[in-house]
Amino acid sequence: MRYSALALLRHALTGNRSWTPAWRDPAPKPAYDTIIVGGGGHGLATAHYLAKRHGITDVAVVEKGYLGSGNVGRNTTIIRSNYLLPGNTPFYEHSMKLWEGLEQDINYNAMVSQRGVLNLCHSDSQRDAYARRGNAMRLAGVDAELLDAAQVRAMVPGLNLDSVRFPVKGGLLQRRGGTVRHDAVAWGYARAADSRGVDLLQNTEVTGIRVQSGRVLGVETTRGFIGAKRVGLAVAGNTSRVASMAGLRLPIESHVLQAFVSEAVKPMIDTVITYGAGHLYVSQSDKGGLVFGGDIDGYNSYAQRGNLPVVHDVMECAVQLFPSMSRLRYLRQWGGIMDMSMDGSPIIDRTPVEGLFLNCGWCYGGFKATPASGWCFAHTIATGQPHALNAAFRLDRLASGHVIDEKGAGAQANLH
Amino acid sequence: MRIPCPLCGERDAAEFSTIGSAPPPRPSADAPMEDWHAYLHLRDNPAGLHAELWQHIHGCRQWLRVMRDTRSHAVASAEACRP
Repeated sequence: MRYSALALLRHALTGNRSWTPAWRDPAPKPAYDTIIVGGGGHGLATAHYLAKRHGITDVAVVEKGYLGSGNVGRNTTIIRSNYLLPGNTPFYEHSMKLWEGLEQDINYNAMVSQRGVLNLCHSDSQRDAYARRGNAMRLAGVDAELLDAAQVRAMVPGLNLDSVRFPVKGGLLQRRGGTVRHDAVAWGYARAADSRGVDLLQNTEVTGIRVQSGRVLGVETTRGFIGAKRVGLAVAGNTSRVASMAGLRLPIESHVLQAFVSEAVKPMIDTVITYGAGHLYVSQSDKGGLVFGGDIDGYNSYAQRGNLPVVHDVMECAVQLFPSMSRLRYLRQWGGIMDMSMDGSPIIDRTPVEGLFLNCGWCYGGFKATPASGWCFAHTIATGQPHALNAAFRLDRLASGHVIDEKGAGAQANLH
Repeated sequence: MRIPCPLCGERDAAEFSTIGSAPPPRPSADAPMEDWHAYLHLRDNPAGLHAELWQHIHGCRQWLRVMRDTRSHAVASAEACRP
């Protein structure tokens, strides 16, 4: 069923009684051409682009819970492509372009809102670093503007620019950045993939990966063995656990990242603001709640919940930046499990096991990458070769010294 | 999360800092590059008991080898060690 204004009207006039489910709930077939493990944003996007761009529709997405139950429903919904390094910039810019055409592509309202992303700077040296990053972005064809304090003041009312310790000196603005309704991304990709014949197998947990003579044969699941010529893993925080089923040991640690939403208030922030002196990113949802987050907790975790010191730290940053937020109550708080890589950049590549492909290492920036990640992973699976856009995201880059370390933090996963 | 420091007793995790997994033995200087790659970059990343190094930075400054369950954050043991 195609969604349109006309369909909306037709259903409204008939009492909304004839809407059909957005996707099927099929029983697993004995075998598929390709299995994607992980029914989150990246896995569902991969299935969509496999079907749409490469004509591979004999595909199953295997998900242990319900679709979108992991990080695609747990992030702060921010999209941007303001990266410095050559390995990253074209990839994230491709993602931004896919966001811009996403809703037409998948016929689903994902509420893509290019409200801008403003990174604040608080010292002269930080402004220099932002100028450098902005220049690198513009050279790569990405929009970037360096704002001074007066421009920031005019753009964001309510912002405390005059803190004695961390005054706001300006900011780097990407106007094409913004937010997207995160759950709708999962649902939209799921519906688009399903409509092309992809089987979405929910409540089906992978318990093993069958490998023979160095070649993948399929996956053991809680609903029995499912054969496949190719298997792609897109399981975020569970990457180490699932990859170990095929005997792989990876440069990944799982960490918990918390996020928060306040009670709903009238329009207060019409862009995305990031704080450069602590770590905070905040935007306002269409329901009115302020959605914000900060750093990861810093210790290995699979628990999908964090601890109070980070809550305290994030709230301090929020109140420092927007003093009016001290009067708000926060409504909800949650945690997601991040696949932190050793250089802070992702991996989209083949593995030493023939037919087994890997998509991981998103640290806590995976949401904005969803379309390009699926697009590049689909290309890598379909052709057996990485696309030029993910050519730098190789599994062996750490061993060969070709790291992509935006922060320059080294092999310390909790610092990226 | 609370960590039982052997010198100070059970204290809030906010008093501690961690550098992550307790590292395996350091390879010798002439070990092959693969050994150094595994030492520096590869992780077991278990869902369950995990050996890690914490320092009681806002207390006795002792380094601790902590066994902690990554699924529940429950600390099973904490022993003084040299990092």
